[in-house]
Amino acid sequence: MLWNLPFITVVVLTFIGIITVLLKKNIIKILLGINILESAVNLFLVSLGYREGGVAPIFTLAPSNLMVLPTPQALTLTSIVIGVATSALVLSFAMVLKKKYGTVDIDKIRRLQG
Amino acid sequence: MTIADFIITNAPALLVAIPLFAAFTIPLVGRISTAARNLWVMGAMLAAAAVAFILAFTVFTSGTVIYVFGASAVNLAVPLDSGGIPIRIIFTVDAMSAFMDIICAISGVSVLLYSLSSESRNSSLEGYYALFLLMITGVFGMVSTGDFFNFFVFLEILSLASAGIIAYRIDGGLAVEAALKYFVLSTLGAIFILFAIGIFYGQYDALNIAMIAQRMQYTMLDKIALVLLVAALAMKCGAVPMHFWTPDAYSMAPSSATAFLVVASQASLYGLFRVLFTMYNVTMNCITIGWIIIILGVLSMVVGVTMAIPQKDVKRLMAYHAISQTGYMLLGVGVGLAVLGNVALTNAFGFTAMEGGIFHIFNHAMYKGLLFLTAGVIFYRIGTRDLNKMGGLGHNMKYTMIFFIIGALAIAGIPPFNGFASKLMIYESVYIFNPILAIIAMVVSILTLASFVKVFHSIFMGPKLPEYADVKEAPLPMLLGMGILAAIVILVGLFPQPVVDGFVAPAAHALANQSGYIFSVLGGA
Repeated sequence: MLWNLPFITVVVLTFIGIITVLLKKNIIKILLGINILESAVNLFLVSLGYREGGVAPIFTLAPSNLMVLPTPQALTLTSIVIGVATSALVLSFAMVLKKKYGTVDIDKIRRLQG
Repeated sequence: MTIADFIITNAPALLVAIPLFAAFTIPLVGRISTAARNLWVMGAMLAAAAVAFILAFTVFTSGTVIYVFGASAVNLAVPLDSGGIPIRIIFTVDAMSAFMDIICAISGVSVLLYSLSSESRNSSLEGYYALFLLMITGVFGMVSTGDFFNFFVFLEILSLASAGIIAYRIDGGLAVEAALKYFVLSTLGAIFILFAIGIFYGQYDALNIAMIAQRMQYTMLDKIALVLLVAALAMKCGAVPMHFWTPDAYSMAPSSATAFLVVASQASLYGLFRVLFTMYNVTMNCITIGWIIIILGVLSMVVGVTMAIPQKDVKRLMAYHAISQTGYMLLGVGVGLAVLGNVALTNAFGFTAMEGGIFHIFNHAMYKGLLFLTAGVIFYRIGTRDLNKMGGLGHNMKYTMIFFIIGALAIAGIPPFNGFASKLMIYESVYIFNPILAIIAMVVSILTLASFVKVFHSIFMGPKLPEYADVKEAPLPMLLGMGILAAIVILVGLFPQPVVDGFVAPAAHALANQSGYIFSVLGGA
């Protein structure tokens, strides 16, 4: 049970993230929901890559020829970088919308319809 | 090694490297002069297109090309000391990928040519061209990569660049609203895809598509991954019921960019087909999944066209037609998927249906691009997209009118234009599978024609309106961009058979042939 704790956390975070994105009306809060989802998926990748007692693949530290493949960590790093770009773009959209519409409430930002 | 050999050997890498490099150097080149910047952008696009054609030529003459980044030899997919696992990032360009590369190259060149003058009235164009070239990078990368995480990265590059380009004309906040809607949805989709990648990696220790395909067990977790992937990619290609972003994004983006957004959506469609055919193939329940794709397709066709008829905004109307046409591709390929396990039925009509669907991707990119470009010309000259305010433009804009007629007849599936060729293949094969589906497809075509007759009449026909009395024809680069697409629409419509035999059939067979894809990457292992 305790062994699965990271994965349970992933599920909980995913639900919190999806509910935030679906129910919140403020663009900033929607962005926070997206960020929570991103954290969930990052945690998922890192937990997949975790091996108890594994050796990091740094040659000077390696005591034997068995090392942990660093792919999940590389994926997570890439995903974090993409997440930063995503957040920056959404925040800049929020700034422009606040300037033009005077609000960041998506119920009031509804001029495109039909 | 000569330069030609170098280009041929490294074509898959150059395909992505050229537009990426050009995109980030544009701000520097733009400081020299406008002409230098335009030359730089156009040169990069032409070079990337040339590489795409060279690559496609290699693929269609001598089979799948693989390119391993960072290996001692470009085709050393599985290093000798890795235990049979392809650890490096691999580009796998089979006939289907090469087919998509050609679409992206043709559309990219003509749209860029067009935007040289359509955007020339705006300031700070460095950003626009940088985003445009990043979109090109994203599409080329998505369709060429053989690594599933790499696919996600290019998908994100494409989403970020598309969102930026949709919001590029802020337009009192309207464009930003559309871009926000698009971007939040595509980010959610990308997170779903990343979850699916995590599931695959956890089970099969692999990110390479061929490796995942070889080890695919279709466990419960794979079913979850399949649901996540189909939902995310169908949303990205604008299929009903996840189509809400499409009309907003297509109508608010600059017209030239809209024409390329069509190709960008089709890259997601390619991703969907790649997942279904190459990764899952017959391990999953093809009949059920095939019917899901067919139902998505039929819904898109019907809802798209019925929503298009009452529209007043010309680009919004065309965007709903784009949804409807995506339905045809999903229908054709979905029928191919539904009979995939059954060799007799696949040979009888399954391949024809898939060829029709895939051929329609090409035709759609050409005529829908053309239509969006004509809408852009009208907006460029008269400054409105409202159909009720237009009229009598045929007197002054004769070439634009001709291009519009070509595009409109092609989308409605009237011979001798290219839309007819692919739609006929879809009708014929789908009729054998299930007559009702074929009838729905034909009715949708008729409604499309009705809608475009209305649009044509309200834009071009009627007496000259006094406020548009001195409207001029589009500038030459815009006409050239449209002319390339129109020429392809007509040529492919007149001679569909060589295109189908030469490009479409190999693409469809490459898609259906899962073991061939795995063999080309992993060899006999």
